[in-house]
Amino acid sequence: MSDATTLDPQAGAAVDAQPQDMTSSQTSVIDQRPTPEVHAQCARSPLAHLFTARDDGDAGIVLQEKAFLGHLTLRGDPAQPGFAEGVEAALGLALPLTPATLHQNEGGRSIQWLSPDEWLILVPGEEAFTVEKALHEALAGRYQVVNVSGGQTVISLSGDQARQVLMKSTPTDVHPRAFPVGRGVPAVFAKATLVLRRVSESEFELVVRRSFADYLGRWLLDASEEFGVCIKG
Amino acid sequence: MMHIFCPYCGELREEEEFHVKGQAHIERPKDPEACSDAEWGDYLFFRNNPRGVHHELWIHAVGCRKYFNITRHTVTYEILETYRMGEQPTITGETKADPTTQAKGVSA
Ligand SMILES: [Zn+2]
Repeated sequence: MSDATTLDPQAGAAVDAQPQDMTSSQTSVIDQRPTPEVHAQCARSPLAHLFTARDDGDAGIVLQEKAFLGHLTLRGDPAQPGFAEGVEAALGLALPLTPATLHQNEGGRSIQWLSPDEWLILVPGEEAFTVEKALHEALAGRYQVVNVSGGQTVISLSGDQARQVLMKSTPTDVHPRAFPVGRGVPAVFAKATLVLRRVSESEFELVVRRSFADYLGRWLLDASEEFGVCIKG
Repeated sequence: MMHIFCPYCGELREEEEFHVKGQAHIERPKDPEACSDAEWGDYLFFRNNPRGVHHELWIHAVGCRKYFNITRHTVTYEILETYRMGEQPTITGETKADPTTQAKGVSA
């Protein structure tokens, strides 16, 4: 084994010697999204069966699935020269370096800090492949971009009673003082896990795994029942 | 419900988000072939069980998913400090000399 390899578990992030710079020509990516015709005919989102349009009138809770967004996970070392600049050039958003924060723009793109070396990028579905390619072109060295669009979906939660539903579901402090706009964290939620983020004064987003979507969707409908529910189809 | 300070997230988070992974600072022998059976067995199987200050490896499982260390008092459950991988504790059984730590090293 090489001298640069460490066996000390306390060394944490230390890894073997940096390999040669990889260029985009060594990374092949494929567009996972079907053609618009096939997508329109065949695509079924993880909550399509559950979140059918409904309005109880004077609803305290508004739910909507933000289906078929582009979800990318990005990993890398923000101290590596060119990394933060490359992400910003490819995405049009600055890399958030403050823990538990996210940056978003009018175009529906966002990037959220998940860990000192991991971020979640959400973009409109039809932009996922473009952004994925742009990241590979803009980044070099040791980094990773994975398109996880098929494995996750987003639930929008808003309405006057949104915080009440969250308080029933998660131990995470969602008081506005503790959870301002622009904050996002992974959270324990109804014994499952998801990513909880506050994207505006009135709206929370729940990024859920496809396999948890049915359970969490049913949980949210049940927890919202007492406040009256509006589901936007 | 406890709040635990994650040194990577830089803030207190809910206990439910964390898991303990046992004694911290266990270093794998750099040359296992050169170990005696006793040394290898000690590395694999034997752990401290102090009554008092203990250093533990934890993971922020529903969070940043990073491992980090906690210095914890096994009698009072008090968390004395948390620190990143690769760092050393500032509080040990020796520096924190209170009556309950005098039996350090004695199994409870
Ligand atoms: Zn953390």
